[in-house]
Amino acid sequence: MNIENIPLGNNRTRGTVKVKGINNIRRKEIFWGYFFTLPAILGLLIWTIGPMIASLYFSFTDYKVVGDFQWIGFQNYTEIFKNDLNFKKSLIVTFYFAIGSTIFTLAAALFVAILMNISVKGQSLFRTMFYLPVIVPAVASNILWLWLFNPDFGLLNSILDFVNLPKLMWIYDESTVIPSLILLSMWSCGGTALIFLAGLQDVPKQLLEAVEIDGGNWWHKFRFVTVPSISPVIFFNLIMGLIGSFQAFTQAYVMTEGGPNNSTLFYVFLIYREAFQKNNMGYASALSWILFLVILIFTLFIFKSSKSWVHYGGGK
Amino acid sequence: MKLKTVNRSISLFVLIVGAIISLIPFVWLIRSSLMTTTEIFEFPPKLLPEEFQWSNYVEIFSIIDFLLYFKNTLIILIPVLIGTILTCCMCGYGFARLKFPGRDMWFGLILATMMLPGAVTLIPTFLMWSELEAINTFWPLIIPAFFGGGGFFIFLMRQFFMNIPRELDESALIDGASHFQIFTKILLPLVKAPMLVVGFFTFMGVWNDFFGPLIFLNDEAKYTLALGLLQLKGSYAADWHLMMAAAAVMTLPAIVIFFIGQRYFIEGISLTGIKG
Repeated sequence: MNIENIPLGNNRTRGTVKVKGINNIRRKEIFWGYFFTLPAILGLLIWTIGPMIASLYFSFTDYKVVGDFQWIGFQNYTEIFKNDLNFKKSLIVTFYFAIGSTIFTLAAALFVAILMNISVKGQSLFRTMFYLPVIVPAVASNILWLWLFNPDFGLLNSILDFVNLPKLMWIYDESTVIPSLILLSMWSCGGTALIFLAGLQDVPKQLLEAVEIDGGNWWHKFRFVTVPSISPVIFFNLIMGLIGSFQAFTQAYVMTEGGPNNSTLFYVFLIYREAFQKNNMGYASALSWILFLVILIFTLFIFKSSKSWVHYGGGK
Repeated sequence: MKLKTVNRSISLFVLIVGAIISLIPFVWLIRSSLMTTTEIFEFPPKLLPEEFQWSNYVEIFSIIDFLLYFKNTLIILIPVLIGTILTCCMCGYGFARLKFPGRDMWFGLILATMMLPGAVTLIPTFLMWSELEAINTFWPLIIPAFFGGGGFFIFLMRQFFMNIPRELDESALIDGASHFQIFTKILLPLVKAPMLVVGFFTFMGVWNDFFGPLIFLNDEAKYTLALGLLQLKGSYAADWHLMMAAAAVMTLPAIVIFFIGQRYFIEGISLTGIKG
């Protein structure tokens, strides 16, 4: 590495002896900088960039784990778009779940965060109660909800029955399965709520008071002060929520096995089936690249739209 | 004044209702886990069992090898905790404090990986481990933790290091300390709280992880708790009381850990938000 070409920062001094000394300090800093960040940089190359390139390459082959494989151009992609009925179904149900779950979970999380922010005795106890569902391991929570959703003996139908409403089939019916899974996501919105809570604590009090003095009610405060000042947090949670729910897998694997009638054939579940049950690694790689592009386009779209609705306070 | 009291009571009421909704599934989990087979299939359901069937908890230990799965989970968990905490502190420090060419580009790329769907790297990663003949070993679940622990943790640690006054490093530097010494002797003791947060999230991640073990482990003797629980669902699908007991057993350690460090976690999680 050519040390001469590295800019010296602000405290550049004249005179060769001093520059040499600074160069030495600078060189050490560069060495230690790479030393400390090496795990992450290597990790990025080994676990992200390398595999991404490899999976792009595999997506143009008919790789099937055993035997030879060859370059087949866009054949996987044309097959997916033209003939794979599961792909279309999967894309539709994944979009349905991802968008529904993100919107409802975000709304629930914001509501819970507002509740968490009320100053009452035992506030931290309440916060804990709202966070508790997040702690339940996914498989355990899915098995628990499988039981809650049980049409004959489950808690939810018992409640419906108690208030004289017709029972539902929940995850056992094509039309209610996705809303049921959204309900489950909403139950564990506590993590997202905590992030909202951090944002709520930064809402400027003077502005809230100003609205009150001007005769505004809670809705005015919420709509014109709270929402704009937490819009960066909404933006963050929206992006993370979408990316996460586009990749829903465990619910489909543990609870519904993709059914009924493929109505929870989530995209990652489809990739899993192609890759690990049918060994179609090349085909599954093509599927995964399509998911990547879909999520990328979605994210870019939200980033672009964010300019009009995300307000950064201060000089950020 | 009067209106304020009314408002307060309404919000308190909503708060309590919300907390109840959040807790009801837990009540149902415990109550079902303590019932007999006949009690559990009554309609309309009883709120509580006649007699608490603690024997259900004994029974699940005899039908699935919980202790083995627990041990396997710990074999993965402990090195993952060490690797993640160690390397994410290192990287956080490096990105926060040291200037080197390409730093912002690397950091930006690492942050961007947070938004990358795991599915797109899954297949080559699997094929790589299978080339190394490491399928059905714990290595694929352990080794990646030694690479900074992911964008989120690195970001989090970096934020904390950036909030520590720079004068601390500078005066140590003048006194002749190396960057390595500054990191280990001066700064590391100051980031214990975020280390706990990272530790907690890592624990949760491993305890929760289902996809990783599902793909990399296929021998029952290597199963983790999550896979063990799923196996129970396969063979005892109608024995809801046993499945609830098993789910409760798997959930309990997570809740205990959470309560032990709760003060740090809730604070830490809020702090991690997007501040700074």
